[in-house]
Amino acid sequence: MAIAIAVIVLAVGSVLFFFFSPWYLTPLASNWGAIDDTIQITLWVTGTVFLAVNLFLAYVIVRYRFNQRRRSQYDPENKSLEVWLTGITTLGIAGLLAPGLVVWASFVTPPEDAHEVEVVGQQWHWSFRFPGEDGRFGSAHNRFIDEHNPFGLIDDPAGQDDILITAPHLLLPVDRPVKMVLRSKDVLHNVKVANFRAKMDMVPGQTSYFWFTPTELGEYEIVCAQLCGIAHFAMRGRIEVVEQETFDAWLAERPTHAELADRAPGDPEAGEARYASCAACHGAEGQGNQVLNAPKLAGLDAWYLERQLELFRSGARGTHEDDSYGQQMRPFASMLPDRQAIADVAAYIETLPDQPLQASLDAGDPERGARRYRTCANCHGQQGQGIRATNGPRLAGMPDWYLERQLQNFRQGIRGRHREDPYGNQMIEMAQVLVDEQAVSDVVAYIMTLPQPSGEVAAVTSAAREE
Amino acid sequence: MADHGQHSVPHAPAGEFDDMELVHPKTFIGKYIWSQDAKVIAIQYGVTAIAIGLVALVLSILMRLQLGFPNTFSLIDPSSYLQYVTMHGMIMVVYLLTALFLGAFGNYLIPLMCGARDMAFPYLNMLSYWFYLAAVLILMASFFVPGGATGAGWTLYPPQAISPGTPGIDGGILLMFASLSVFIAGFTMGGLNYVVTVLQARTRGMTLMRLPLTIWGIFMATVMALLAFPALLVAILMMLCDMLLGTSFFMPEMLNLGEQSGHEGGSPLLYQHLFWFFGHPEVYIVALPAFGIVSDILATHARKNIFGYRMMVWAIIIIGVLSFVVWAHHMFVSGMNPYFGFLFATTTLIIAVPTAIKVYNWVLTLWRGNIRLTVPMLFAIGFIFTFVNGGLSGLFLGNVTVDVPLADTYFVVGHFHMVMAVAPVLVVFGAIYHWYPKITGRMMDDTLGKVHFWVTFLGTYAIFYPMHFMGFAGVPRRYYGYGETGYIADSMQTLNAFMSVAAIIVALVQLVFFYNLVRSYFHGREAGPNPWQATTLEWQTEHTPPRHGNFGAQLPVVYRWAYDYSVPGAKQDFLPQNMPPEAVEADDAAPRRSS
Amino acid sequence: MSMTVSLVFLAVLMAAFGGWLFSHSINVRPWEAQAAGVESRQMPRAATAPRVGLAVFLAVVTSLFALTISAYLMRQEMAHDWRPLAVPGLLWWNSACLVLGSVALQLAWRAARHEQPARLLRGLLAGGGLTIAFILGQALAWWQLQAAGHYLAANPANAFFFLLTALHAVHLLGGLFVWSRCLFRLQQGATPGAIRQSVELCALYWHFLLVVWGILFVLLLRT
Repeated sequence: MAIAIAVIVLAVGSVLFFFFSPWYLTPLASNWGAIDDTIQITLWVTGTVFLAVNLFLAYVIVRYRFNQRRRSQYDPENKSLEVWLTGITTLGIAGLLAPGLVVWASFVTPPEDAHEVEVVGQQWHWSFRFPGEDGRFGSAHNRFIDEHNPFGLIDDPAGQDDILITAPHLLLPVDRPVKMVLRSKDVLHNVKVANFRAKMDMVPGQTSYFWFTPTELGEYEIVCAQLCGIAHFAMRGRIEVVEQETFDAWLAERPTHAELADRAPGDPEAGEARYASCAACHGAEGQGNQVLNAPKLAGLDAWYLERQLELFRSGARGTHEDDSYGQQMRPFASMLPDRQAIADVAAYIETLPDQPLQASLDAGDPERGARRYRTCANCHGQQGQGIRATNGPRLAGMPDWYLERQLQNFRQGIRGRHREDPYGNQMIEMAQVLVDEQAVSDVVAYIMTLPQPSGEVAAVTSAAREE
Repeated sequence: MADHGQHSVPHAPAGEFDDMELVHPKTFIGKYIWSQDAKVIAIQYGVTAIAIGLVALVLSILMRLQLGFPNTFSLIDPSSYLQYVTMHGMIMVVYLLTALFLGAFGNYLIPLMCGARDMAFPYLNMLSYWFYLAAVLILMASFFVPGGATGAGWTLYPPQAISPGTPGIDGGILLMFASLSVFIAGFTMGGLNYVVTVLQARTRGMTLMRLPLTIWGIFMATVMALLAFPALLVAILMMLCDMLLGTSFFMPEMLNLGEQSGHEGGSPLLYQHLFWFFGHPEVYIVALPAFGIVSDILATHARKNIFGYRMMVWAIIIIGVLSFVVWAHHMFVSGMNPYFGFLFATTTLIIAVPTAIKVYNWVLTLWRGNIRLTVPMLFAIGFIFTFVNGGLSGLFLGNVTVDVPLADTYFVVGHFHMVMAVAPVLVVFGAIYHWYPKITGRMMDDTLGKVHFWVTFLGTYAIFYPMHFMGFAGVPRRYYGYGETGYIADSMQTLNAFMSVAAIIVALVQLVFFYNLVRSYFHGREAGPNPWQATTLEWQTEHTPPRHGNFGAQLPVVYRWAYDYSVPGAKQDFLPQNMPPEAVEADDAAPRRSS
Repeated sequence: MSMTVSLVFLAVLMAAFGGWLFSHSINVRPWEAQAAGVESRQMPRAATAPRVGLAVFLAVVTSLFALTISAYLMRQEMAHDWRPLAVPGLLWWNSACLVLGSVALQLAWRAARHEQPARLLRGLLAGGGLTIAFILGQALAWWQLQAAGHYLAANPANAFFFLLTALHAVHLLGGLFVWSRCLFRLQQGATPGAIRQSVELCALYWHFLLVVWGILFVLLLRT
């Protein structure tokens, strides 16, 4: 008897849960109301069947419960009943399938007037490409991807005006159908925005696509929906749906492939002069000064320095009220007038000799830290050498007091929460792996055991870069 | 315990079947370790599968701890989380459920229910188990190699399965490949046995249409597994070549964390096609034996014939065949040619019809029955409820358009746990309570059984039902944490914590089950040969538990199907399959109904 | 799409199975009790357990090769980097060896049926020897390809050539294991009648692998 009650309560409860629970589809922000409709239809049909079958089951359990004096009815088959049930089920299934197929037909056929955006997935980052004025994407291939050609563009005239967006932030004009052309640099990914409903895997070696029309202004999160490795959960991006004019203005400011290729590299000599104001705190050789809370700079890659200087300058870093040392850094970063100045000073810092450091803290256990570090190693490298492709800066040879403070800042959201700091956002996610202060100390202690380049080696590399 | 020398006595009718030469070793090791008796092999399979299943259960609890209480357990980092996900899935699907249903229940029940002395090839059967054990040990070893077990997800999709950024790309994935290959080799040996025994060694009168549905389910599942596992074998062989020999079957031009990998032109989708050509039938390899077993439990404990037996058999066959042409519904958003969506959505929804018919027939079997709410019956009812839920949510995912927003979300996780995890596991429990008296000669404790049922049934529903709503809300699966995701409501964290607590309770209550299992072996009530008053042949053996050779001097002769319960005109409540028509006592003047 | 190869195989298999089942279930009222007559024998007399076992095993192997061939065709379709491989002429000689090996085993089977130990031994030795020659020939073909710069990893066509021939050779090796046991038992003084069944299974298995090789060879020649 209890089982009959349980079946009734669960069946009815499940349906009520559907109506009263706060968890349901995210607000729709695209043209795919039809997908929601198919979900609704399926919900109604399956909900009805669910209730009908289970309530009948409960009725049967009660009505035909064991009775010593009664025998079961012996009926091996009932042709007409079976035919009826099969027929009704088939009808119900057809009723579900038909709308599904109709909507699918439009899902796979992008409208003629859809504009195209290429989404490039990589471990664990999104970037985007617009076809530019000619409306055609230049050919691209994973084979050609390197540090200077992150999109793998082939020497193709159509590609010169392609607009490249390396940050995982995309703007799209409202009410204009867009075809998302999907490509991957490494493993499988899946670009998903819950509110748009549409999504598709990105597969290396081929392109795939889906289309939709954003219908609501606003900001939407991109998440990765296909397991792509260790930082799958931290592979985020953002799509802002804006008015056409805003979009046009934004797009016009983005650099094309040709412009990026023409950009002058940082000039260390010009940077040397600018570095003078940095030297007061960070030291003449970029060796850092713990007393002034100025970290070591020598040994860091130019791309990382540039990014951080940009962040300080734009206020995406060093504006949190609890980040007092970051706040001190902001005015200095603001003294750099433009992108070129930043590139110059970063290029100069790269030439500074990288001296090995002694550990200043001893609270951590490097052995426990080694296990923690295996998460970090995926982006920052097994040796903590930093990996450009994953946007993970060098850690080995950096001062432990600075690493510890930054990790704490990430953990507490003091650094990296700003919306224009995507890699900081990612670090906030990843820093959650360090569940307490001890874990932070441990991993920092381990990083201090990683091989540090001797000054000589650093000098050779910087000389080689100058050439 | 002297061995019964049945094999020396000729069994009737002479000359119709070749008598089997059974190996009757005298030593303990020969009888219980290197045994060729299908029943002993079944127990070996069962114990090993449940042991490895417990490992997978612990892994699931670790995952739930991370999801329910993020940033609390320093043991669990993203690598280990993905390793838990992967190993939990692979163990549960292949090493627990497939091995348990086919290796354990198949070995125990096929010879007994078909009226055979043993499997057709006992030596091969024994080898099958030892291969399985080796596969399990290799799999366990992968936890202990540098880099740990693979974390590529149980689907082992390339490129990520063998490229940097995924845990366990050194030893872990290699051991996974090795373990699966050994498993497949071992399973093929066992599978040959199951199929040949059902085809070849049925006793006199046991026509195909008199086979209990349990045998139909296990038989069809074995046929499917034999044909589907080669797809997995080919796929992992090719991936192994890509990994070790530098070929490019699946690996395209791509980067390994910024470095060119050197592969060229391979197609990750090719792997997915091969994998799901195995993977989808695998779902039914787990489900069909459960379908069969639950049918027999329902009929026995409702004292009623199974409703629409022929339809049930054909539904099993049709589901089995159709399951080979639906594989790409796992790939609707995989980037394959989207036009396949039309085809595969259609075949997928067609398969819902025979599946629905099975559900109707189960409920109609209970209808007008005389339902004894024994523990096996409770589990069977729990199965129906859970399976209806899981089956219906399948209609969302099979219908290509509806799948798009729900794919790779917790909706999928909820769906497949309902339909191919909880539902079959409830049947496993029901089956253990049902056949335990035959296996050990003692009944399991009823009260403990009920506690186990209620907590498991309600608890699993509490874990997996809410997952569907997380899926609607777009929560992606295989995420280590949701920390900063804005569109995911904070209340979801409360829900996650609730589900985790439920999971821990369900896991703990399994201890009650194990306690019951062990205690009943020593202190359980004596069961007698046929405590459930069932008709099938395993309950008609001379000894309980049956000895090597299963039946007495003579193999039983079968006169009727397996579902003669409450036959009109017969005085007996049930007529065993081997009861000759003459032995049926007339109840009253009412003539035997024939329709 | 290329998965059709596997699907056709499955369809044929399932149709045969379904038809057989249908003939057993149509007009059967399972709920009617009746004594089983002599006609209730479940399988034809010729379908002994080992034969049925072999048939099922061959179905599994067919599935394996069908799927590999499907993968081969699919990979060829999907890729732009497929450079067909010039199949070494040596394969013709190898094929001849395998055909003769199959014939020899057939003769051995016949000898076993007719209790002719000497001919049985000759047949077995010839069959096994020719098969070993085939496998060595395949290995030589591999070596030739390597020497000519057609490395395994250089091109998917090469990779598939190596994969398919290796899979086939592994199955022959498995057969040779059973073959060697037959030979051993014969040496130990077993009568031809005692090993008839093993010889028969070997012969059937060899014929099957010959057919598989024929299909693979045609496939490799054509693409």
